Amino acid sequence: MMEIGLNHYLVLSTILFCIGLIGVMRRKNLLLLFFATEILLNAVNVGFAAISHYYGDLTGQMFAFFVIAIAASELAVGLGLLILWHKRHGTIDLDTMTSMRG
Amino acid sequence: MFEAVAFYLFAFLTITMFYITVTTSQALYALSALAAGMIFISAFFFILGADFLGAVQIIVYTGAVMALYAFGMMFFDTTREVKENHGNKYIVVALGTLAAVLVVVIFAAPMVSTNMQAFYPMTEGAGNTEMVGMVLFTKYLVPFEVAAFMLLVAMIAGIVLAGKKMDLSLTIMNAEEIQASEDEKNKKVLS
Repeated sequence: MMEIGLNHYLVLSTILFCIGLIGVMRRKNLLLLFFATEILLNAVNVGFAAISHYYGDLTGQMFAFFVIAIAASELAVGLGLLILWHKRHGTIDLDTMTSMRG
Repeated sequence: MFEAVAFYLFAFLTITMFYITVTTSQALYALSALAAGMIFISAFFFILGADFLGAVQIIVYTGAVMALYAFGMMFFDTTREVKENHGNKYIVVALGTLAAVLVVVIFAAPMVSTNMQAFYPMTEGAGNTEMVGMVLFTKYLVPFEVAAFMLLVAMIAGIVLAGKKMDLSLTIMNAEEIQASEDEKNKKVLS
């Protein structure tokens, strides 16, 4: 219990990933849905760093860096599109985005 | 002993903050809780000896990402409560748990079954930042450059999409409007 091992971190990563997934599924506001995706990426980063530490390997930390870079670029493009949508339609609710419905 | 105390403390804080982010109906609360959760996540990186990753987490996430979200929130009306209509709550919770367990099984199965060997082992007598630099600029140079190019593309996309003169943005105009605006410009130049 007092000795923190790899499993502790993996369980924590799972819990955080769970919270993020629940957020992605229950959010309807697109900005708050973006927050949930950030939680997902952070949960994965914790797992990567823990495995990197306990196996004495730097690959996990490298992947965490690239995940952070991808999160930053995803945010830039996503927020740009979101602002564009808000200017055109005045709302960022997911339920209104049904223009591609068959 | 101290490691265990720190781990449980920060685990509790992180889970609480992210839970608030997911469940609150105020966008400002969600933003603040997310920023706090990011800071607490960096504590795990420091506990794990990944100092450089922890510093990057604080700088990029709480510095850049949160500031960008704050700028984005200025465009949207976030002072009032966010109205969302929800479906069945239990289905969502069950699906989330199931998916997360599935992901862990997928990643843990090959790790448990075989003996993992360090691909790029840690160098003796070098700090974390030095080791990261050595591996990043020798073994991961090409992904590093690709990531840099991807960030450049994302920056250009952000400027084009959300830049000034949104009413003249070529991405939302149809062909006739673009032609009309160009004619107007030519008229001004000629006269």
